[in-house]
Amino acid sequence: MKDYLLLFRGGEAKTERQNPEKWQAHMQKWMAWMGGLQQQGKLVGAQPLDESGRQIKGTKKVITDGPFMEGKEIVGGYLQCKAGTYDEALEIAKGCPILEFESGIVEVREIQELKM
Amino acid sequence: MPNPDTNIQSLTDHLFRNESKKMVAVLTKIFGTENLETAEDIVQDTLLHAMNVWKIKGLPDNPSAWIFRVAKNKAIDIVRRNKHSVQYDFSTGERALLTSEYTVSAAMENLWKEEFIEDDLLAMMFACCHPAISSENQITLILKTLCGFSTIEIAKAFLTTEDIISKRLYRTKEFFRAHKVPLAIPSQEEIKKRVDTVLHAIYLLFNEGYNSTNTDDLIRKDVIEEAMALCKVLSENKHTQIPDVFALLALMCFHASRLDSRQSINGEIILLPEQDRGTWDQELIRQGDEYMDKAAFGDSMSSYHLEAAIAFEHCTASTFENTNWNRILYYYDWLCKISPSPITSLNRIVAVWHLHGARVALTELSSIKEKKKLESYYLYHSLAGELYSKMNDSGQALASFNVAMQLTNSEPEKRILHSKIAALLN
Repeated sequence: MKDYLLLFRGGEAKTERQNPEKWQAHMQKWMAWMGGLQQQGKLVGAQPLDESGRQIKGTKKVITDGPFMEGKEIVGGYLQCKAGTYDEALEIAKGCPILEFESGIVEVREIQELKM
Repeated sequence: MPNPDTNIQSLTDHLFRNESKKMVAVLTKIFGTENLETAEDIVQDTLLHAMNVWKIKGLPDNPSAWIFRVAKNKAIDIVRRNKHSVQYDFSTGERALLTSEYTVSAAMENLWKEEFIEDDLLAMMFACCHPAISSENQITLILKTLCGFSTIEIAKAFLTTEDIISKRLYRTKEFFRAHKVPLAIPSQEEIKKRVDTVLHAIYLLFNEGYNSTNTDDLIRKDVIEEAMALCKVLSENKHTQIPDVFALLALMCFHASRLDSRQSINGEIILLPEQDRGTWDQELIRQGDEYMDKAAFGDSMSSYHLEAAIAFEHCTASTFENTNWNRILYYYDWLCKISPSPITSLNRIVAVWHLHGARVALTELSSIKEKKKLESYYLYHSLAGELYSKMNDSGQALASFNVAMQLTNSEPEKRILHSKIAALLN
């Protein structure tokens, strides 16, 4: 088993949120997806991220304000999970409810072991 | 116009008792038995909040749903604040989903689903009655955690000090902290034995409420009501619908039907022959009878069955003189066989007395096994005094009543002994 990080971008969370019933139904899908991973012992952790934020850059530690990217490019959340292969991680990612939106993007990255 | 405050108070008292049991059970499922205090605190906060808001705004349409929602939100707050605290273990099962913001709300909703609550409550009762906890600690925990009594109220109900109650609770909670007992309904093989332990605790609880004569009347009645409510939980859950459960329920109904006739408005004890049978609660007797029918399936004959049968005879005798002592003695003989105890033997002597006279009863009284254990029990000496006085042996009777007098701290009991002594001296 290896660890993978799923990064979420896009989706239409903001518009969905304005309709509590729709929002609840949508969050039930997250529940079903993550609950399935949890039951298989594959879920490590997951959290949504606030849209605002700042960046610190370089040795001078220059701080720049956001929004620093186009909306759909902002990382809106992450999930860390375990999977046997990269393809399996990709399969897991396909179940992410963010993909119910045309603008939804899931980026799947293996967590690298830093070999010294 | 009725005072809205007292109106809300009386409406909420019952609701709170009922719903707090369920809330504590669900919250214990969420935070673990090692964190009983968290569950208790959330329930307390919730009820306090409800009282405050309802006083101003009046009762909401669905008060139960209202307080459940408040408790849920408070639980979410605590989860959020303690996601990474070592105090709480959110590593397994559905609880793991409480630690992600994506799923916390939905996971919390699922944990409170109506269809699980009855089983959670049952599992909570099994936890409170864990076999490794002593009976007195079990019933103390039941009253505190499950039924929401204050330590002062429990101390009053058990005729002891708050300090002792706090120590009992502390020890029990330490046990849970050390063992992290999971909240679960025992397996099929285990369940009968575990139900026995729960029934025993309920039986003790009921007796505490029923037999204590110098306790605050309201607390006494609450304890009795709670014991019956807990037994009903067992009778309504498919996992625990066994004959003994219904037998205990029947027994409690029969006893409770006579509750108000056992004490005068001045707090004086009224003994069975003098009780006004017209005040016995016929509805409870009818319910008890129904439970007896349900207790009659299978081949189980527990002490609860026999005690219920005895209580039934008393409840249905039209007068004291018409009591069927023959049948009562038959049940007592059986009871002494399956569950021998000096107290049962003592109660059996009363039936012997009414059936065969004081002389036979006295002979049997002096030959009770383990009589030593009864010698510190005031009713033993009181019964001896009664029998001696029937035999016109005033000297022995007086001596027995005097010993009895020294063995009880209850004022009503002392007064009734006084009246018996006075009758001898006249």
